[in-house]
Amino acid sequence: MNRRKLEEAFFRGLMLLSISIVLGSLVAVFSVVLLKGLPALSLSMLTQTPKGGYYLGKEGGVLNAIIGSLYLAAGATGLAFVLSLPIALYLNEYAGNSRFANFTRFSLDVLWGVPSIVYGAFAFIVMLSLGARASLLWGIITVALLMLPIMTRAMDEGMRMFPSKLREASYALGSTKLETALKILTRQALPAVLTAVLLAFGRGIGDAASVLFTAGYTDSVPQSLLDPVATLPLAVFFQLGTPIPQVQQRAYASGVILLVLVLLLSAVSRFSTRKLTKYVIK
Amino acid sequence: MSLLKPQISIQKLNVFYRERHVLKDITVDIPEKQTTAIIGPSGCGKTTLLKSLNRLTDLVEGVRVSGNVLVDGVNIFDNGIDVTDLRKKMGLIAQTPNPLPMSIYDNVAYGPRIHGLNDKRKLDPIVEQCLQAASLWDEVKGRLMEPASKLSVGQQQRLCLARALAVQPECLLCDEPTSALDPVSAQYIEKQLINLKKDYTIVFVTHVLRQARRLADYVIFLYLGELIEHGPAETVFTQANNPRTRAYIEGVFG
Repeated sequence: MNRRKLEEAFFRGLMLLSISIVLGSLVAVFSVVLLKGLPALSLSMLTQTPKGGYYLGKEGGVLNAIIGSLYLAAGATGLAFVLSLPIALYLNEYAGNSRFANFTRFSLDVLWGVPSIVYGAFAFIVMLSLGARASLLWGIITVALLMLPIMTRAMDEGMRMFPSKLREASYALGSTKLETALKILTRQALPAVLTAVLLAFGRGIGDAASVLFTAGYTDSVPQSLLDPVATLPLAVFFQLGTPIPQVQQRAYASGVILLVLVLLLSAVSRFSTRKLTKYVIK
Repeated sequence: MSLLKPQISIQKLNVFYRERHVLKDITVDIPEKQTTAIIGPSGCGKTTLLKSLNRLTDLVEGVRVSGNVLVDGVNIFDNGIDVTDLRKKMGLIAQTPNPLPMSIYDNVAYGPRIHGLNDKRKLDPIVEQCLQAASLWDEVKGRLMEPASKLSVGQQQRLCLARALAVQPECLLCDEPTSALDPVSAQYIEKQLINLKKDYTIVFVTHVLRQARRLADYVIFLYLGELIEHGPAETVFTQANNPRTRAYIEGVFG
Protein backbone atom coordinates (compact mmCIF):
# COMPACT_ATOMS: atom_id res chain seq x y z
CA MET A 1 0.00 0.00 0.00
CA ASN A 2 1.25 3.42 -0.80
CA ARG A 3 1.31 6.39 1.56
CA ARG A 4 -1.96 7.95 0.40
CA LYS A 5 -3.91 4.78 0.94
CA LEU A 6 -2.41 4.35 4.41
CA GLU A 7 -3.33 7.92 5.22
CA GLU A 8 -6.86 7.29 4.08
CA ALA A 9 -7.16 4.12 6.12
CA PHE A 10 -5.69 5.78 9.21
CA PHE A 11 -8.12 8.70 9.17
CA ARG A 12 -11.04 6.45 8.40
CA GLY A 13 -10.11 4.43 11.48
CA LEU A 14 -9.76 7.59 13.56
CA MET A 15 -13.22 8.78 12.56
CA LEU A 16 -14.79 5.43 13.31
CA LEU A 17 -13.10 5.45 16.70
CA SER A 18 -14.43 8.93 17.51
CA ILE A 19 -17.93 8.01 16.45
CA SER A 20 -17.91 4.85 18.49
CA ILE A 21 -16.68 6.70 21.58
CA VAL A 22 -19.46 9.25 21.26
CA LEU A 23 -22.23 6.81 20.39
CA GLY A 24 -20.88 4.32 22.91
CA SER A 25 -21.05 6.77 25.80
CA LEU A 26 -24.53 7.82 24.74
CA VAL A 27 -25.69 4.21 24.74
CA ALA A 28 -23.89 3.58 28.02
CA VAL A 29 -25.59 6.51 29.74
CA PHE A 30 -28.99 5.55 28.40
CA SER A 31 -28.67 1.91 29.32
CA VAL A 32 -27.39 2.54 32.85
CA VAL A 33 -30.21 4.98 33.53
CA LEU A 34 -32.80 2.70 31.96
CA LEU A 35 -31.52 -0.54 33.51
CA LYS A 36 -31.26 0.91 36.97
CA GLY A 37 -34.26 3.18 36.73
CA LEU A 38 -36.95 1.17 34.98
CA PRO A 39 -37.39 -1.47 37.74
CA ALA A 40 -37.96 1.29 40.29
CA LEU A 41 -40.29 3.24 38.02
CA SER A 42 -43.88 2.87 39.08
CA LEU A 43 -47.09 4.74 38.59
CA SER A 44 -46.85 6.17 42.08
CA MET A 45 -43.48 7.70 41.16
CA LEU A 46 -45.29 9.76 38.54
CA THR A 47 -48.49 10.56 40.34
CA GLN A 48 -47.57 11.14 43.97
CA THR A 49 -45.59 13.67 45.87
CA PRO A 50 -43.11 12.38 48.49
CA LYS A 51 -44.92 11.14 51.59
CA GLY A 52 -43.40 11.14 55.06
CA GLY A 53 -40.35 8.91 55.13
CA TYR A 54 -40.05 8.86 51.32
CA TYR A 55 -36.34 9.45 51.51
CA LEU A 56 -36.06 6.47 53.82
CA GLY A 57 -37.68 4.20 51.29
CA LYS A 58 -41.36 4.68 52.16
CA GLU A 59 -44.32 5.57 49.94
CA GLY A 60 -44.48 8.44 47.48
CA GLY A 61 -43.21 9.76 44.16
CA VAL A 62 -41.55 12.71 42.51
CA LEU A 63 -44.61 14.45 41.09
CA ASN A 64 -43.44 17.60 42.87
CA ALA A 65 -40.19 17.54 40.88
CA ILE A 66 -41.84 16.64 37.57
CA ILE A 67 -44.32 19.49 37.79
CA GLY A 68 -41.67 21.77 39.26
CA SER A 69 -39.21 21.05 36.45
CA LEU A 70 -41.87 21.64 33.81
CA TYR A 71 -43.00 24.92 35.38
CA LEU A 72 -39.47 26.09 35.78
CA ALA A 73 -38.18 25.08 32.36
CA ALA A 74 -41.28 26.34 30.56
CA GLY A 75 -41.20 29.66 32.37
CA ALA A 76 -37.48 30.09 31.82
CA THR A 77 -37.71 29.09 28.15
CA GLY A 78 -40.51 31.60 27.64
CA LEU A 79 -38.61 34.38 29.37
CA ALA A 80 -35.37 33.57 27.57
CA PHE A 81 -37.20 33.45 24.22
CA VAL A 82 -38.74 36.86 24.73
CA LEU A 83 -35.24 38.24 25.32
CA SER A 84 -33.30 36.16 22.79
CA LEU A 85 -35.35 36.62 19.65
CA PRO A 86 -35.06 40.42 19.62
CA ILE A 87 -31.31 40.17 20.26
CA ALA A 88 -30.84 37.69 17.43
CA LEU A 89 -32.98 39.77 15.07
CA TYR A 90 -31.10 42.90 16.03
CA LEU A 91 -27.74 41.25 15.43
CA ASN A 92 -28.77 40.05 12.00
CA GLU A 93 -31.08 42.65 10.53
CA TYR A 94 -29.98 45.86 12.23
CA ALA A 95 -26.39 45.58 13.41
CA GLY A 96 -24.98 43.49 10.56
CA ASN A 97 -21.33 42.75 11.06
CA SER A 98 -20.58 45.89 13.03
CA ARG A 99 -18.03 45.82 15.81
CA PHE A 100 -20.78 46.16 18.36
CA ALA A 101 -22.56 43.12 16.95
CA ASN A 102 -19.42 41.02 16.99
CA PHE A 103 -18.60 42.17 20.50
CA THR A 104 -22.10 41.12 21.56
CA ARG A 105 -21.59 37.71 19.95
CA PHE A 106 -18.28 37.33 21.74
CA SER A 107 -19.84 38.26 25.09
CA LEU A 108 -22.61 35.74 24.59
CA ASP A 109 -20.07 33.05 23.78
CA VAL A 110 -18.23 33.84 27.00
CA LEU A 111 -21.51 33.68 28.93
CA TRP A 112 -22.29 30.34 27.28
CA GLY A 113 -19.09 28.98 28.80
CA VAL A 114 -19.82 30.18 32.34
CA PRO A 115 -20.63 27.20 34.61
CA SER A 116 -24.21 27.16 35.78
CA ILE A 117 -23.26 27.20 39.45
CA VAL A 118 -21.90 30.70 38.84
CA TYR A 119 -25.32 31.80 37.56
CA GLY A 120 -26.81 30.25 40.69
CA ALA A 121 -24.36 32.00 42.97
CA PHE A 122 -24.85 35.31 41.16
CA ALA A 123 -28.63 35.14 41.38
CA PHE A 124 -28.34 34.10 45.02
CA ILE A 125 -26.34 37.24 45.84
CA VAL A 126 -28.92 39.39 44.06
CA MET A 127 -31.67 37.62 45.98
CA LEU A 128 -29.89 38.17 49.29
CA SER A 129 -29.49 41.86 48.58
CA LEU A 130 -33.19 42.10 47.78
CA GLY A 131 -34.20 39.95 50.72
CA ALA A 132 -35.92 37.47 48.41
CA ARG A 133 -36.41 33.79 49.18
CA ALA A 134 -35.77 30.84 46.92
CA SER A 135 -38.83 30.46 44.72
CA LEU A 136 -40.14 29.37 41.35
CA LEU A 137 -39.84 32.98 40.14
CA TRP A 138 -36.14 33.26 41.00
CA GLY A 139 -35.50 29.81 39.60
CA ILE A 140 -37.09 30.92 36.33
CA ILE A 141 -35.04 34.11 36.23
CA THR A 142 -31.77 32.28 36.94
CA VAL A 143 -32.38 29.51 34.43
CA ALA A 144 -33.51 32.06 31.82
CA LEU A 145 -30.18 33.85 32.27
CA LEU A 146 -28.42 30.54 31.82
CA MET A 147 -30.43 29.87 28.64
CA LEU A 148 -30.09 33.32 27.16
CA PRO A 149 -26.63 33.00 25.55
CA ILE A 150 -27.37 29.48 24.29
CA MET A 151 -30.66 30.43 22.74
CA THR A 152 -29.49 33.71 21.28
CA ARG A 153 -26.34 32.35 19.71
CA ALA A 154 -28.09 29.29 18.31
CA MET A 155 -30.72 31.52 16.70
CA ASP A 156 -28.03 33.92 15.55
CA GLU A 157 -26.00 31.20 13.84
CA GLY A 158 -29.11 30.05 11.98
CA MET A 159 -30.03 33.58 10.98
CA ARG A 160 -26.56 34.27 9.64
CA MET A 161 -27.32 31.69 6.96
CA PHE A 162 -30.15 33.92 5.77
CA PRO A 163 -29.60 34.29 2.02
CA SER A 164 -28.97 37.88 0.96
CA LYS A 165 -31.24 37.40 -2.04
CA LEU A 166 -34.21 36.98 0.31
CA ARG A 167 -33.25 40.14 2.14
CA GLU A 168 -33.05 41.90 -1.21
CA ALA A 169 -36.42 40.50 -2.28
CA SER A 170 -38.04 41.76 0.87
CA TYR A 171 -36.56 45.25 0.68
CA ALA A 172 -37.28 45.52 -3.02
CA LEU A 173 -40.99 45.19 -2.24
CA GLY A 174 -40.75 48.12 0.14
CA SER A 175 -40.44 46.29 3.47
CA THR A 176 -39.05 48.04 6.47
CA LYS A 177 -36.30 46.43 8.54
CA LEU A 178 -38.80 45.30 11.13
CA GLU A 179 -41.03 43.65 8.53
CA THR A 180 -38.04 41.93 6.99
CA ALA A 181 -36.88 40.73 10.42
CA LEU A 182 -40.25 39.48 11.66
CA LYS A 183 -41.91 38.25 8.49
CA ILE A 184 -39.06 36.96 6.36
CA LEU A 185 -35.97 36.38 8.50
CA THR A 186 -37.84 34.70 11.35
CA ARG A 187 -39.79 32.45 8.97
CA GLN A 188 -36.73 31.42 7.07
CA ALA A 189 -34.76 30.82 10.27
CA LEU A 190 -37.64 29.00 11.97
CA PRO A 191 -35.81 25.65 12.12
CA ALA A 192 -32.87 27.36 13.80
CA VAL A 193 -35.17 29.23 16.18
CA LEU A 194 -36.85 25.97 17.10
CA THR A 195 -33.53 24.20 17.59
CA ALA A 196 -32.37 27.07 19.78
CA VAL A 197 -35.46 26.82 21.95
CA LEU A 198 -35.10 23.05 22.34
CA LEU A 199 -31.39 23.29 23.06
CA ALA A 200 -32.00 25.87 25.75
CA PHE A 201 -34.96 23.96 27.15
CA GLY A 202 -32.91 20.79 27.41
CA ARG A 203 -30.11 22.63 29.12
CA GLY A 204 -32.48 24.38 31.50
CA ILE A 205 -34.55 21.37 32.53
CA GLY A 206 -31.44 19.30 33.14
CA ASP A 207 -29.51 21.83 35.17
CA ALA A 208 -29.16 21.32 38.91
CA ALA A 209 -26.53 23.82 39.97
CA SER A 210 -28.31 27.01 38.95
CA VAL A 211 -31.48 26.13 40.85
CA LEU A 212 -29.77 24.75 43.93
CA PHE A 213 -29.82 28.09 45.79
CA THR A 214 -32.43 29.94 43.80
CA ALA A 215 -35.47 27.68 43.43
CA GLY A 216 -35.25 25.89 46.76
CA TYR A 217 -36.66 22.42 47.18
CA THR A 218 -40.01 21.27 48.45
CA ASP A 219 -42.08 18.15 48.69
CA SER A 220 -45.20 19.86 47.45
CA VAL A 221 -46.25 21.19 44.08
CA PRO A 222 -45.84 25.00 43.98
CA GLN A 223 -49.05 27.00 44.08
CA SER A 224 -47.60 30.36 43.12
CA LEU A 225 -44.53 31.93 41.58
CA LEU A 226 -43.27 32.79 45.04
CA ASP A 227 -43.36 29.21 46.37
CA PRO A 228 -40.16 27.19 46.38
CA VAL A 229 -40.06 24.49 43.76
CA ALA A 230 -38.49 21.05 43.37
CA THR A 231 -36.76 20.00 40.15
CA LEU A 232 -35.89 16.59 38.72
CA PRO A 233 -32.10 17.08 38.63
CA LEU A 234 -32.15 18.02 42.30
CA ALA A 235 -34.47 15.10 43.02
CA VAL A 236 -31.88 12.83 41.41
CA PHE A 237 -29.15 14.50 43.44
CA PHE A 238 -30.90 14.23 46.79
CA GLN A 239 -32.07 10.67 46.26
CA LEU A 240 -28.66 9.49 45.15
CA GLY A 241 -27.26 11.10 48.27
CA THR A 242 -29.20 8.84 50.63
CA PRO A 243 -27.60 5.64 51.88
CA ILE A 244 -30.69 3.57 51.11
CA PRO A 245 -30.38 1.48 47.90
CA GLN A 246 -34.11 1.62 47.22
CA VAL A 247 -34.08 5.41 47.20
CA GLN A 248 -30.96 5.45 45.03
CA GLN A 249 -32.87 3.33 42.52
CA ARG A 250 -35.57 5.97 42.53
CA ALA A 251 -32.93 8.51 41.58
CA TYR A 252 -32.38 6.55 38.39
CA ALA A 253 -36.12 6.31 37.86
CA SER A 254 -36.28 10.11 38.15
CA GLY A 255 -33.50 10.23 35.59
CA VAL A 256 -35.61 8.12 33.23
CA ILE A 257 -38.52 10.50 33.70
CA LEU A 258 -36.31 13.49 32.90
CA LEU A 259 -34.91 11.76 29.82
CA VAL A 260 -38.32 10.77 28.50
CA LEU A 261 -39.70 14.24 29.18
CA VAL A 262 -37.01 15.93 27.11
CA LEU A 263 -37.27 13.40 24.27
CA LEU A 264 -41.04 13.63 24.22
CA LEU A 265 -41.08 17.41 24.12
CA SER A 266 -38.48 17.52 21.36
CA ALA A 267 -40.39 15.03 19.28
CA VAL A 268 -43.72 16.76 19.75
CA SER A 269 -42.40 20.21 18.96
CA ARG A 270 -40.46 18.99 15.94
CA PHE A 271 -43.53 17.28 14.65
CA SER A 272 -45.93 20.12 15.30
CA THR A 273 -43.74 22.72 13.64
CA ARG A 274 -43.01 20.70 10.54
CA LYS A 275 -46.02 22.37 8.99
CA LEU A 276 -44.51 25.79 9.58
CA THR A 277 -41.05 24.94 8.36
CA LYS A 278 -42.13 23.51 5.04
CA TYR A 279 -42.03 26.99 3.51
CA VAL A 280 -38.34 27.48 4.24
CA ILE A 281 -36.31 28.19 1.11
CA LYS A 282 -33.57 25.63 0.69
CA MET B 1 -38.17 59.63 -29.89
CA SER B 2 -36.66 62.87 -28.71
CA LEU B 3 -39.98 64.02 -27.29
CA LEU B 4 -40.04 61.22 -24.74
CA LYS B 5 -40.59 62.34 -21.20
CA PRO B 6 -37.88 61.07 -18.86
CA GLN B 7 -39.20 59.27 -15.81
CA ILE B 8 -35.82 58.62 -14.29
CA SER B 9 -33.14 61.20 -14.61
CA ILE B 10 -29.66 60.19 -13.53
CA GLN B 11 -27.30 63.08 -12.93
CA LYS B 12 -23.58 62.73 -12.26
CA LEU B 13 -24.09 59.49 -10.37
CA ASN B 14 -20.97 58.08 -8.72
CA VAL B 15 -20.98 54.89 -6.68
CA PHE B 16 -18.09 53.56 -4.63
CA TYR B 17 -17.81 50.21 -2.87
CA ARG B 18 -15.23 51.16 -0.25
CA GLU B 19 -12.28 52.28 -2.41
CA ARG B 20 -13.58 50.85 -5.66
CA HIS B 21 -15.14 53.37 -8.01
CA VAL B 22 -17.93 51.34 -9.62
CA LEU B 23 -19.94 53.97 -11.45
CA LYS B 24 -18.28 57.09 -12.80
CA ASP B 25 -20.23 60.28 -13.44
CA ILE B 26 -23.23 58.66 -15.06
CA THR B 27 -25.69 61.13 -16.55
CA VAL B 28 -28.59 59.77 -18.55
CA ASP B 29 -32.37 60.04 -18.79
CA ILE B 30 -34.54 56.93 -18.85
CA PRO B 31 -37.71 57.48 -20.87
CA GLU B 32 -41.13 56.84 -19.42
CA LYS B 33 -43.13 53.79 -20.53
CA GLN B 34 -40.28 52.56 -22.68
CA THR B 35 -38.01 49.59 -22.31
CA THR B 36 -34.43 50.50 -21.64
CA ALA B 37 -31.61 47.98 -21.82
CA ILE B 38 -28.38 48.44 -19.91
CA ILE B 39 -25.70 46.52 -21.77
CA GLY B 40 -22.01 46.04 -21.34
CA PRO B 41 -19.42 43.42 -20.43
CA SER B 42 -19.42 41.71 -17.03
CA GLY B 43 -18.36 43.79 -14.06
CA CYS B 44 -18.97 47.11 -15.74
CA GLY B 45 -21.52 48.31 -13.19
CA LYS B 46 -24.77 47.39 -14.92
CA THR B 47 -26.33 45.82 -11.85
CA THR B 48 -25.07 48.60 -9.60
CA LEU B 49 -26.69 51.18 -11.85
CA LEU B 50 -29.95 49.25 -11.78
CA LYS B 51 -29.91 48.84 -8.02
CA SER B 52 -29.11 52.50 -7.50
CA LEU B 53 -32.50 53.27 -8.95
CA ASN B 54 -34.38 51.76 -6.00
CA ARG B 55 -31.54 52.27 -3.53
CA LEU B 56 -30.92 48.58 -2.98
CA THR B 57 -27.28 49.61 -3.10
CA ASP B 58 -27.93 50.82 0.48
CA LEU B 59 -27.69 47.19 1.58
CA VAL B 60 -24.08 46.89 0.47
CA GLU B 61 -21.60 47.46 3.27
CA GLY B 62 -19.23 50.36 2.68
CA VAL B 63 -21.18 51.88 -0.21
CA ARG B 64 -20.90 55.59 -1.00
CA VAL B 65 -23.03 57.44 -3.51
CA SER B 66 -22.86 60.95 -4.91
CA GLY B 67 -24.94 62.70 -7.55
CA ASN B 68 -28.68 62.69 -8.08
CA VAL B 69 -31.25 60.27 -9.34
CA LEU B 70 -34.58 61.95 -9.98
CA VAL B 71 -37.62 59.72 -10.14
CA ASP B 72 -40.68 61.69 -11.20
CA GLY B 73 -38.66 64.81 -10.47
CA VAL B 74 -37.73 63.90 -6.88
CA ASN B 75 -34.17 63.11 -5.87
CA ILE B 76 -34.19 59.65 -4.31
CA PHE B 77 -31.05 60.35 -2.31
CA ASP B 78 -32.66 63.29 -0.47
CA ASN B 79 -32.86 62.91 3.28
CA GLY B 80 -36.61 63.20 3.51
CA ILE B 81 -37.24 60.37 1.05
CA ASP B 82 -39.21 57.38 2.29
CA VAL B 83 -37.19 54.59 0.77
CA THR B 84 -40.00 52.05 1.20
CA ASP B 85 -42.23 54.23 -1.01
CA LEU B 86 -39.49 54.45 -3.61
CA ARG B 87 -39.03 50.69 -3.67
CA LYS B 88 -42.76 50.16 -3.93
CA LYS B 89 -42.69 52.36 -7.00
CA MET B 90 -39.70 50.55 -8.53
CA GLY B 91 -40.35 46.81 -8.74
CA LEU B 92 -37.32 44.55 -8.98
CA ILE B 93 -36.85 41.21 -10.71
CA ALA B 94 -33.59 39.67 -9.56
CA GLN B 95 -31.14 37.65 -11.56
CA THR B 96 -32.00 34.37 -9.84
CA PRO B 97 -35.57 33.81 -8.65
CA ASN B 98 -35.91 34.66 -4.97
CA PRO B 99 -39.31 33.52 -3.70
CA LEU B 100 -40.03 34.32 -0.06
CA PRO B 101 -40.30 31.48 2.49
CA MET B 102 -44.08 31.26 2.32
CA SER B 103 -46.87 29.96 0.12
CA ILE B 104 -47.40 30.94 -3.50
CA TYR B 105 -50.41 33.03 -2.49
CA ASP B 106 -48.56 34.75 0.35
CA ASN B 107 -45.64 35.57 -1.89
CA VAL B 108 -47.87 37.66 -4.10
CA ALA B 109 -49.93 39.02 -1.21
CA TYR B 110 -46.86 39.96 0.84
CA GLY B 111 -46.32 43.31 -0.87
CA PRO B 112 -49.93 44.52 -0.72
CA ARG B 113 -50.11 43.36 2.90
CA ILE B 114 -47.10 45.30 4.12
CA HIS B 115 -48.48 48.33 2.35
CA GLY B 116 -51.65 48.05 4.38
CA LEU B 117 -54.07 45.83 2.49
CA ASN B 118 -55.28 42.95 4.66
CA ASP B 119 -58.79 42.34 3.38
CA LYS B 120 -58.83 38.88 1.84
CA ARG B 121 -61.68 39.79 -0.49
CA LYS B 122 -59.49 42.49 -2.00
CA LEU B 123 -56.31 40.43 -1.93
CA ASP B 124 -57.73 37.43 -3.78
CA PRO B 125 -58.40 39.28 -7.05
CA ILE B 126 -55.02 41.04 -6.87
CA VAL B 127 -53.23 37.72 -6.46
CA GLU B 128 -55.14 36.19 -9.34
CA GLN B 129 -54.63 39.20 -11.59
CA CYS B 130 -50.89 39.38 -10.96
CA LEU B 131 -50.36 35.67 -11.42
CA GLN B 132 -52.27 35.92 -14.66
CA ALA B 133 -50.20 38.87 -15.81
CA ALA B 134 -47.13 36.72 -15.19
CA SER B 135 -48.89 33.83 -17.00
CA LEU B 136 -48.48 31.57 -14.02
CA TRP B 137 -52.10 31.42 -12.87
CA ASP B 138 -53.15 28.37 -14.85
CA GLU B 139 -50.25 26.37 -13.50
CA VAL B 140 -50.76 27.20 -9.82
CA LYS B 141 -54.43 28.06 -9.32
CA GLY B 142 -55.13 24.71 -7.69
CA ARG B 143 -52.25 24.84 -5.23
CA LEU B 144 -51.89 28.42 -4.08
CA MET B 145 -51.11 27.37 -0.52
CA GLU B 146 -48.13 25.24 -1.45
CA PRO B 147 -44.63 26.47 -0.64
CA ALA B 148 -43.24 28.69 -3.38
CA SER B 149 -40.01 26.73 -3.23
CA LYS B 150 -41.80 23.75 -4.78
CA LEU B 151 -42.17 25.55 -8.10
CA SER B 152 -39.66 25.07 -10.87
CA VAL B 153 -37.06 27.79 -11.33
CA GLY B 154 -38.86 29.21 -14.35
CA GLN B 155 -42.15 29.29 -12.46
CA GLN B 156 -40.42 30.90 -9.50
CA GLN B 157 -39.19 33.71 -11.70
CA ARG B 158 -42.70 34.29 -13.00
CA LEU B 159 -43.90 34.28 -9.40
CA CYS B 160 -41.33 36.98 -8.64
CA LEU B 161 -42.71 38.98 -11.55
CA ALA B 162 -46.26 38.57 -10.21
CA ARG B 163 -45.07 39.57 -6.76
CA ALA B 164 -43.41 42.68 -8.12
CA LEU B 165 -46.57 43.64 -10.01
CA ALA B 166 -48.74 43.20 -6.92
CA VAL B 167 -47.52 46.42 -5.30
CA GLN B 168 -48.48 48.37 -8.44
CA PRO B 169 -45.07 49.74 -9.33
CA GLU B 170 -44.57 52.36 -12.01
CA CYS B 171 -41.32 50.94 -13.12
CA LEU B 172 -39.82 47.45 -13.38
CA LEU B 173 -36.12 46.94 -12.83
CA CYS B 174 -34.93 43.59 -14.16
CA ASP B 175 -31.46 42.30 -13.46
CA GLU B 176 -30.70 39.77 -16.19
CA PRO B 177 -34.12 38.27 -15.47
CA THR B 178 -33.69 35.31 -17.78
CA SER B 179 -30.05 34.39 -17.32
CA ALA B 180 -30.73 31.67 -14.74
CA LEU B 181 -33.62 30.15 -16.68
CA ASP B 182 -34.00 27.46 -19.29
CA PRO B 183 -34.77 28.74 -22.80
CA VAL B 184 -38.50 28.06 -22.58
CA SER B 185 -38.96 29.84 -19.27
CA ALA B 186 -36.76 32.66 -20.53
CA GLN B 187 -39.05 33.07 -23.49
CA TYR B 188 -42.05 33.20 -21.15
CA ILE B 189 -40.52 36.01 -19.15
CA GLU B 190 -39.54 37.91 -22.27
CA LYS B 191 -43.05 37.62 -23.62
CA GLN B 192 -44.43 38.99 -20.37
CA LEU B 193 -42.05 41.90 -20.45
CA ILE B 194 -43.21 42.74 -23.97
CA ASN B 195 -46.82 42.61 -22.78
CA LEU B 196 -46.03 44.87 -19.84
CA LYS B 197 -44.15 47.39 -21.94
CA LYS B 198 -46.99 49.76 -22.58
CA ASP B 199 -47.92 50.15 -18.92
CA TYR B 200 -44.54 50.24 -17.25
CA THR B 201 -41.19 51.85 -17.57
CA ILE B 202 -38.92 48.85 -17.83
CA VAL B 203 -35.19 48.95 -17.23
CA PHE B 204 -33.34 45.72 -17.73
CA VAL B 205 -29.78 44.57 -17.54
CA THR B 206 -28.62 41.99 -20.02
CA HIS B 207 -25.48 40.72 -21.59
CA VAL B 208 -27.38 38.90 -24.27
CA LEU B 209 -27.33 41.37 -27.11
CA ARG B 210 -30.03 39.58 -29.04
CA GLN B 211 -32.32 39.99 -26.06
CA ALA B 212 -31.58 43.69 -25.97
CA ARG B 213 -32.40 43.92 -29.67
CA ARG B 214 -35.67 42.08 -29.19
CA LEU B 215 -36.89 44.07 -26.21
CA ALA B 216 -35.27 47.45 -25.97
CA ASP B 217 -36.47 50.82 -27.20
CA TYR B 218 -33.56 52.58 -25.62
CA VAL B 219 -30.04 51.36 -24.91
CA ILE B 220 -27.40 52.38 -22.39
CA PHE B 221 -23.91 51.01 -22.93
CA LEU B 222 -21.60 50.89 -19.92
CA TYR B 223 -17.94 49.99 -19.96
CA LEU B 224 -15.79 49.77 -16.81
CA GLY B 225 -18.17 51.97 -14.87
CA GLU B 226 -18.41 54.66 -17.50
CA LEU B 227 -21.33 55.55 -19.68
CA ILE B 228 -20.01 55.17 -23.20
CA GLU B 229 -23.11 55.66 -25.24
CA HIS B 230 -26.87 55.84 -24.96
CA GLY B 231 -29.70 56.39 -27.34
CA PRO B 232 -32.66 54.81 -29.11
CA ALA B 233 -32.04 51.13 -29.72
CA GLU B 234 -32.15 51.48 -33.50
CA THR B 235 -29.42 54.07 -33.50
CA VAL B 236 -27.13 52.33 -31.03
CA PHE B 237 -27.39 48.97 -32.72
CA THR B 238 -26.97 50.14 -36.29
CA GLN B 239 -24.90 53.29 -36.18
CA ALA B 240 -23.18 53.66 -32.85
CA ASN B 241 -20.94 56.70 -32.56
CA ASN B 242 -18.36 55.30 -30.24
CA PRO B 243 -15.89 52.72 -31.56
CA ARG B 244 -16.05 50.74 -28.31
CA THR B 245 -19.84 50.44 -28.57
CA ARG B 246 -19.46 49.25 -32.15
CA ALA B 247 -16.81 46.75 -31.15
CA TYR B 248 -18.97 45.38 -28.32
CA ILE B 249 -22.04 45.10 -30.50
CA GLU B 250 -20.06 43.37 -33.22
CA GLY B 251 -18.82 40.91 -30.65
CA VAL B 252 -15.17 41.88 -30.65
CA PHE B 253 -15.13 41.73 -26.86
CA GLY B 254 -17.58 41.10 -24.03
